[in-house]
Amino acid sequence: MKEVKSSIKKVDGIGLVSGKPVYTDDLAPKNALIVKVLRSPHAFARIKNIDTKEAESLDGVECILTYKDVPKNRFTRAGQGYPEPSPYDKYIFDEYVRYVGDEVAAVAAKDEYTAEKALKLIKVEYEVLEPVLDFEKSKGSKSIIHPEKDFQSEGFISSDPKNNIAATYEMSIGNIEEEIKKSEVVIKERFYTQAQAHVMMEPHSAYSYIDMQGRLVVVSSTQVPFHVRRILSRALDIPIKNIRVIKPRVGGGFGGKQGIHGEPYVALITLKTGKPAKIYYTRKEVFESTYTRHAMRFDITIGADKNGKINVIDVKGLSDTGAYGEHALTTFMVAGSKVLPMYNKVKAVRFGGDVVYTNHPSAGAYRGYGAIQANFAIESAMDILAHKLNIDPVKLRKINMIREKETSPIFKIMGEGREGVEMIVNSCKLDECIEKGVKKIDWENKFSSKKEGKKVKGVGMAIAMQGSGIAKIDMASATLKLNDDGSFNLLIGATDIGTGSDTILSQIAAEVLNVPTDDIIPYSSDTDITPFDTGAYASSTTYVSGNAVRIAAEKMKKEIIKAGAEYFEVSEEKVSFNGKEIIAGENKITLKKLAEILYYNENQKQLSVTGSYVGEESPPPFMAGFAEVEVDTETGKVDLINYVAVVDCGTPINPNLAKVQVEGGLAQGIGMAMYEEVIYDKNGRLLTNNLMNYKIPSRVDINKLDVELVESYEPSGPFGAKSVGEIGIDTPPAAIANAIFNAIGVRIKDLPITPEKVLKALKNKK
Amino acid sequence: MKITLTINNTKREVEISPSEFLLDVLRRLNYSSVKKGCDTGTCGVCTVLMDGKPVLSCSILAASADGHEITTIEGIEKDPEFKNISNALLEEGADQCGFCSPGLILNVYAMGKELKNPTEDEIKKYLVGNLCRCTGYVPQLRAIKKYFEVKA
Repeated sequence: MKEVKSSIKKVDGIGLVSGKPVYTDDLAPKNALIVKVLRSPHAFARIKNIDTKEAESLDGVECILTYKDVPKNRFTRAGQGYPEPSPYDKYIFDEYVRYVGDEVAAVAAKDEYTAEKALKLIKVEYEVLEPVLDFEKSKGSKSIIHPEKDFQSEGFISSDPKNNIAATYEMSIGNIEEEIKKSEVVIKERFYTQAQAHVMMEPHSAYSYIDMQGRLVVVSSTQVPFHVRRILSRALDIPIKNIRVIKPRVGGGFGGKQGIHGEPYVALITLKTGKPAKIYYTRKEVFESTYTRHAMRFDITIGADKNGKINVIDVKGLSDTGAYGEHALTTFMVAGSKVLPMYNKVKAVRFGGDVVYTNHPSAGAYRGYGAIQANFAIESAMDILAHKLNIDPVKLRKINMIREKETSPIFKIMGEGREGVEMIVNSCKLDECIEKGVKKIDWENKFSSKKEGKKVKGVGMAIAMQGSGIAKIDMASATLKLNDDGSFNLLIGATDIGTGSDTILSQIAAEVLNVPTDDIIPYSSDTDITPFDTGAYASSTTYVSGNAVRIAAEKMKKEIIKAGAEYFEVSEEKVSFNGKEIIAGENKITLKKLAEILYYNENQKQLSVTGSYVGEESPPPFMAGFAEVEVDTETGKVDLINYVAVVDCGTPINPNLAKVQVEGGLAQGIGMAMYEEVIYDKNGRLLTNNLMNYKIPSRVDINKLDVELVESYEPSGPFGAKSVGEIGIDTPPAAIANAIFNAIGVRIKDLPITPEKVLKALKNKK
Repeated sequence: MKITLTINNTKREVEISPSEFLLDVLRRLNYSSVKKGCDTGTCGVCTVLMDGKPVLSCSILAASADGHEITTIEGIEKDPEFKNISNALLEEGADQCGFCSPGLILNVYAMGKELKNPTEDEIKKYLVGNLCRCTGYVPQLRAIKKYFEVKA
């Protein structure tokens, strides 16, 4: 292999580092109207009246829209497959506002100053309603967040809006109660995970204009251009064919841009005024009015025999979807489906619970997507079990975990929003990941060493799995086109959000065609020009889009051989292509020359092919994470000294970029474990609405990240590759909590693990 | 009001409003390398050099930059140090989404002029205001250490 398994530089890297205009806001027309959104100051209210007259009369104000002026189509902002697994519970503007920051009106003005001034002149009369701010009290509360008559959801979603339930799910295998009764050791524990903000560096942004054919063009910093087109079509009531969505470079997403945010507002302004319009979210708006991670609560019961063989795992969950049911069912199901199959030797397993509405900003997709939440709970519970059994936690994993060529019945039962698919895990080096990690962190010595003093060190570990795209739902396609100099255009609907996917997809095409990656010119993504792709989420790009590219490139190879056969007037079997030349016996012609002839001289035709792929399964990447901490017993402060992550993502297409994906994921996981906390006041107002109050790890907080990729070969992946986008984030919360327990014997069961909680637990212990 | 800025060695008379920040003025003048990330001087993506020193352009009123020299990435693009720094980042794959890269590079560039053979700790502290959410900082540190040829 020449082009894949090679750490080449990102194809768009130079443009990015030299600050070329490549992001949405850089490219917006200078004459675009500036769109600003008036947002609700109340967590829950009904708008009795809006008076926009004074604001409208302000010089430079072009247009103001409220719930009186917009289409009344309930839609979901969640950018997912179709039929959509999230309830239709949102209007572009509604009479009801459901969280502090919910949209009330949009102003379009000649500049930002005027738009801001106009916002202040809009007079809104609210009937303030009793909000639901505690997700544990939401189900059946007197306040009903979605009382509307036109609430809808697809048949496969079990919603009960009258009881504030966006989705409910339940599955079980075997006899739970019986197995618990038979188990010699049983643990029952409750865990909480918090909402987390994505904090991609580029805020959400979009602009729109009408093209010369009268169609709506929306340029957006999005992970899901094709879903944006479909959602806009529904929300705005205009046919898909009249909308074009273009994605320039995206300054990070992590799931936060897997949906629509500013797009409907600029689109409506453009449709109304005929003028270009742009929106650029302030950081406050990003925090208050886009997505967070779903906060969850888990009650875990595990039963095992005294040798450490686990018989039964029972998980009861509760998830906070906020004001709208975005990704409500799917994140919740992933909490089960991407964690429980790791322990495939159980006799009985149950997973279920509710996803409830609250008057918090909407939860949505976020890297790890339910799996990280459940991973913290289950992998902490495993540590508790190991301690109770007096077994090394590493050994407990080894006894019970999934291995190569094995399966789990959960794969078939639980998909994302619906049934899953049967799957044998054909590539799984989890055992090797653990072995390597144990050595790297020096587990044997550190785990059982004496813990004493004011500053105490400890180690902890956790294992994780994720998936590679959503089986039988996520589809990708790629078009390859031969140019008259022998280079290729690669048109992909896949969305590079900073991951380097344009680069690795080019590498895959180059490998198949046996040409240098330089000769592949990628373009992603534009719904008018590039073929369909569900988008950058669910760890799908390398696996799903990568396979589509592989298929397209194989087709192109055949086309080149066919054209060569026609040129030499021999049968195709006698022709070969080595990347540079087309050879038929004694005769040869360079690809460049053949392309030239094809386009200018003989048998003239364009060589162009499209490959499509949908995963029949979703092969999981695996990881073993090991944390070494030092806890100050006087202050409760925890220092993460070292984090070892050993990851099986199949065969990495670009080892550097794969490693950076893991490192980036780890830092976000460490953030969730130790620093990041979404805090509201008693009225539901977000207190952590800027980067001073919401603390993400900085350079000095991240010490040593020691990442190693263990190679496996996934037969269904392109050149053996699986995904690596999400897996890195999953283990830090549990591994760090477990390390703290190992150090000082206290167990923190709600995230983030702050010094305050550690100190309190230490005091309670005494 | 009118101010004079020397941007990337070119003197420019610029019409501004008194409440405008330097960041918005620079973006209005098409210096697209200067990014807007947090509005509160916390994330570092808007970093530019003022008289050679890194500053956060989102927190500096344009009026107070009157008469000063401003350097953006566009101004050091041909400088060999820019190539060395950016190449080190690209080789590690530490560019990722790229949104924080221009601000980070300008700070590394300024650090190179200010500190001799910085240690790992000094590097981290100098760059602490440049947040990044994609890379986990570690590949950036590998690249910057390589650039300074620091031994850990």
